Parts: sequence; structure tokens; C-alpha cells
Amino acid sequence: MEETDITLNDPSLPDDEKAIGNDIVLRTENLGISFGGLKAASDVNLTIYKGQLYGLIGPNGAGKTTIFNLLTGVYKPTFGRFYLCGEDLTGFSQMAINRKGVARTFQNIRLFNNMSVIKNVLVSLSHLPEYKNTFFDAVFRTPRHYKVEKAMRHRAKEILEIFGLLEERNGLASNLPYGKQRKLEIARALASNPKLLLLDEPAAGMNPQETEELMETIRFVRDKFDVTILLIEHDMKLVSGICEEITVLNFGQVLAQGQVKDVLADPEVIKAYLGG
Amino acid sequence: MSGFTTYLKSIKRSFKLKNFIMYFILAFVIILFGTLNSVTGLKRSTVTLLEQMSYSMIMALSLSLVVGFLGELSLGHAGFMSLGAFLGGYMQTYLYPSLTAGAPLLSLVLSMLIGGLIAAAFGFVIGLPALRLKGDYLAIVTLAFGEIVKVIFTNVKFYALDGRLLSTTVGVLKTGRYDQKSLFIIGFIVVLLTMIFIQNFIKSKHGNAVMAIRDNEIAARAMGVNVTFYKLLVFVISAFFAGLAGVLYSNASHNINAADFDYNYSINFLVMVVLGGMGNLNGSILAAALISFLNNKLQTILTGDMAGFKNLFYALILILIVIYNNAPKLRGFRAKYNLRNLFNFVKAKLTKLFTKKQPVPDPAAEVEYGADWDKIPTKIEMDALLSTDFTPDNTYVPDKADKPKEGGKE
Repeated sequence: MEETDITLNDPSLPDDEKAIGNDIVLRTENLGISFGGLKAASDVNLTIYKGQLYGLIGPNGAGKTTIFNLLTGVYKPTFGRFYLCGEDLTGFSQMAINRKGVARTFQNIRLFNNMSVIKNVLVSLSHLPEYKNTFFDAVFRTPRHYKVEKAMRHRAKEILEIFGLLEERNGLASNLPYGKQRKLEIARALASNPKLLLLDEPAAGMNPQETEELMETIRFVRDKFDVTILLIEHDMKLVSGICEEITVLNFGQVLAQGQVKDVLADPEVIKAYLGG
Repeated sequence: MSGFTTYLKSIKRSFKLKNFIMYFILAFVIILFGTLNSVTGLKRSTVTLLEQMSYSMIMALSLSLVVGFLGELSLGHAGFMSLGAFLGGYMQTYLYPSLTAGAPLLSLVLSMLIGGLIAAAFGFVIGLPALRLKGDYLAIVTLAFGEIVKVIFTNVKFYALDGRLLSTTVGVLKTGRYDQKSLFIIGFIVVLLTMIFIQNFIKSKHGNAVMAIRDNEIAARAMGVNVTFYKLLVFVISAFFAGLAGVLYSNASHNINAADFDYNYSINFLVMVVLGGMGNLNGSILAAALISFLNNKLQTILTGDMAGFKNLFYALILILIVIYNNAPKLRGFRAKYNLRNLFNFVKAKLTKLFTKKQPVPDPAAEVEYGADWDKIPTKIEMDALLSTDFTPDNTYVPDKADKPKEGGKE
């Protein structure tokens, strides 16, 4: 919407990024929140382009998850605004933001544990315009109910197959092993057809081999679902492996921003991570 | 036409015995007791028991929706029933005379709808705090609601439109009464319809959303579930059916006393839901039948001073279920003795009974399979095998495999 983004005219940007400059998926303007006197995040400016893999890193308590909570509507921002594809979503409810196209996973896994794996995905599919059987349809089992239900189950199965969860689809989500629970969270988030996917420490608690596999999955998801990904991660191998750009937060403020190599070499960043 | 056949096909595909068996059981009960009633006539006590069972089942189903599927504890469900019983029953006293002959059924159905809708409106009101309160706090609100309704009705005198008192005692209402002999049939038909309604609701995307809220509200919100809408919806539906059960109650007992709809009565329904298993509609119905049967029998057995012991049983049942379900030391016991195993056991026995007996294979004629542990070469043998050069004139013959093994079974 607003064409006056300074990064567009930034000569330091490579040409191919200038070309996709019109497709800004997420832009935050001085986003911040204060709890009482504590500024958990302030003046956070992010610009994420379509199809980008963007990393958000920082020491513990830097405000990374707070940013996620702001972007998904858990908290209402005290300062600043944020735009999804040019649309101002500041102050929207969680439900509305999800329906506009932002889906997330959680740092500590939050699945619907007592429901089957496929139903976890169906919940997320349920507000798509295609899943249009109303209360009346459901209670009186109209032909439309069966038709839509079948189509949606098929779609859920497709998504589960991509993540290798098809075999376990009728088991309870809580009975899945840890790595698969993480995968199911990503699958569930993707089912709602988001434009922007927020992954909160997807590799937490995974061994190096699983992390490797996860990196493949994330890249694959980005290409297959045509989705932009913003991820929080502590695992530097994963961040430097897949992210194109990163932002480093410290005490709720942006410490450094830009290409991964440059940022990780920044003495300020090293200082924040190693102390001293 | 082809659309209709695909519709039938999709119904057939979605058919699961677990979901449909209760429909058959209820239909069977309706037909069995209906015919028994019309042919030989049932005893008065049996009819009373069946009436009690029917409205208890509806109450258990409606409470199961809140407790088992939405995951919120409601301790004031008797309040909704009371609203239905008094207001629906009150309406019925007007409807009945104002409708012409052949109308008792119509007036019953209309008053059930009215009682249900009034209760549903109150369900909406109770649903509003449910959006902000959770767990124990909401339970306290519902408990208070039940008590408020009770206190209001115990202090109200009911007048007819012409100013005549409907009952001389405060807090008691003499309501209209549907035909004594066939009310329970109507009751069971309503149970069947309630079951179909709630089951269809739960097994749809709306039910998925409700269960998602129960399992993890934060994640449900983040996944775009309209938590406000579904919480209110569940409370409204649940209250509607409770109000409907109340009208059945008022028809069954004719003289309704507001003091009966107390806290213990709500707990009575909670015991049914817990005994039937959280989130298990079939279980709720069976438990409702069992508890109302026990209730009825205990009422006749325990008289006088012993009458108070009746409530002791509910407490005992509740405690035993909680211990059985949650005690860590009973984990092995639970895994061994549960209904699913019993069901599988019975199913296995039945299939054994009804399937043709396979001819018993003759042990002498049994074919020996190649993959016998004796014949699998050891690692050393395998190395030897692999290192041998197979040329046409140098063929390797494993000699050990053919030898009978000493100390074996044969």
C-alpha cells in the first residue's frame, strides 16, 4: 500500500530483492509493547518479503516471543503498527489475524492432545471458505455436509502426507513422538493457508539429525506452500543454514539487522550473546 | 437421483457401529416397551422408572456437552431444568385447554420447545461469564445460578390468568400432565432426537472446534477458532435440552417442587456424565439409565431415616470412578480391566460363535517353512558362504541345515 518504503531504493540491496520489493508480506513500524514500566519490545522495524525465510534471534528474554505474540494478536501493541501485505492488522483479535493469513507454532508444543491427528488439522482447516458446512448442515447431515467433509478430509490427508504423518492420522496427537508432534504443529499451522508462518523455536529439543531434517522440511514448506516464514531459533546452525536475513533482538530492541553473515560477525551481536 | 444415491453412499461410508449402536438400542427400547405397554400394559412403577430414565438421559447428554466436550464444569444444570419445568409447565397449563381435541401431544411439544428456548436464553446469559472465567470459578458461577433459580421458584406463587392460585403451597406448581401411559414413549423419542442432534453436532467441524477449545484454548484461538461463539453455542444448546428435559419432568411428576432442583440434583447428573466417561455420549446414556434405576430402587428400599443414605451412593460412585481413572497404582489394572477389553473379548467370542469352524490342520501334514531359526546360517557360516566362489563346478552345499537339531522340540 505505502510505496514509500526506503528499502526499495536502497542501493545496497541485491537486484533480485529489489525486484520482489513490491511483495512485502510483513512490515512493522516501531512496534512495541510495555507491561507497566517494562518495555518488553520497542521500536522493532521488520520488513519481510514474499517467499523469504527470516530469522529472529537473540538471547533469552530478548523479546522474541513477545514479538510473535504481538504479531498474532495475543498482545495488543502499545506502540507502533504492523501490516500484512499492506493491510493494517494492529489491534485485531487472534482469530481475525489468523484468518487474514498469519499462522504460528508454539515454543512449548500446544497440540489438541485428546483429538486425533487428522482432527488437529481439520480444526485449522475449519474456517476456510471451502469448509462451508453450517451448523444446520452438520446437525441435519445434509448432502453438502458429507461432500464438504470428504473434500476437507482429503485435503487434511494431503497435508499430513507431506509431513509423513499419514499413517498415524487416526491416533491421538499426544501419542506421537516428540519430533512428529513438532511436525504436526507445522502441518496444523499450514492447513489454514497462511501468507506468513511464524515458527517459534521449531528445533527446540531436537537432536542434530532431526534438526537437519527439519531444515529440509522448512525449505520444502516454503517452496511448496508458497509461504513466507519468520522463525525464532537458538540453533545457530539452523539459522545460518536456512535464513536469508535475520534480526537480532536484545532487551526488546533491535541490535542488528541484515544478511546472516554480516550480522553474525557484528561485534555487538557477539557481545550480546557471549556477554562482557 | 444420482445425487441421492451418492448421499446414501456417503452415509453408509460414515457408518460406524460405535456411533450408531445407541440409536438402535433406543429405537429397540421404544418399540419394545411401546408394544408391551399397548398389549399387556406396564406396571405404574415401571412407567415411572422409564419416565425418570428418559429425562435423566436428556440431562446427561446435555451436561456431557458442557463437561465432556467443552471441558467446563457446570454445577447448576438442575437450574436450567427447573426453568424448563416451571416455565414450560406453566405454559402448558394454558396451552392445553386452549387447544382443541387431539392436542395434548401438540401442547406437550410446544411447551417443550418453549421451556427449552427459555432455558436456552438463560444458557446464553450463563455463557457470557464463561467467556472470561475458567474452571473452578465458572463452576462457582453455575452453582450460584442453580441456587438463585431454586430460591426464586421456592418463593413464587403461581397464579392462573384468571387470578386463581394454581397451587396453594409456595414453590410448588401443579402442571399439566400428558397421558400417563405413553409419556415415556415420547420421552424416549426425545432422547433419540437429542442423541442424534448432539452426536451430529460433535462429529462435525463445529464439534472439532469445541473439542479444540477444551484441549488447548490458546492454540485454538491461534488457529482461528471463534472461541466466543462456540462457548456460547455450547451453553445455549446444553441449556435448551436441559429445559426440554424439565418439561418432561413436569409432565411426569405433575406436582413440581422447586426445592427438588437443588445442588444434589445437579451432582446427580454430573455423576452420570463422569460414570459414563467424559466425552462419551453412549456412556452418558447408559450411566443415566443405571443411576436413575439405582435412584428409583434406593428410594423404595431406603425409607425413613435411611433415606439420606441415597446421596452417599453418588459420592461413593464418584470417588471410586475418580480413583479408578486417575490413581497411578491402578494403571496396570486399568489396562487389563476396562470396557474396551470387555467389548473386544465379547466380540471375539461372538465372532467365534458365528463364524464357521475352520478345519483343524493336521499337525503331521504341516509344511515346514524355510525360514526356521535352525536353518539360518550363523555369522561364521555366512562369511564362509559369501567368500565361496560360485562357479558351475564348485557349488556350495550347506550341510548343517538338513541335520536334525538335538534338544529341539521334535
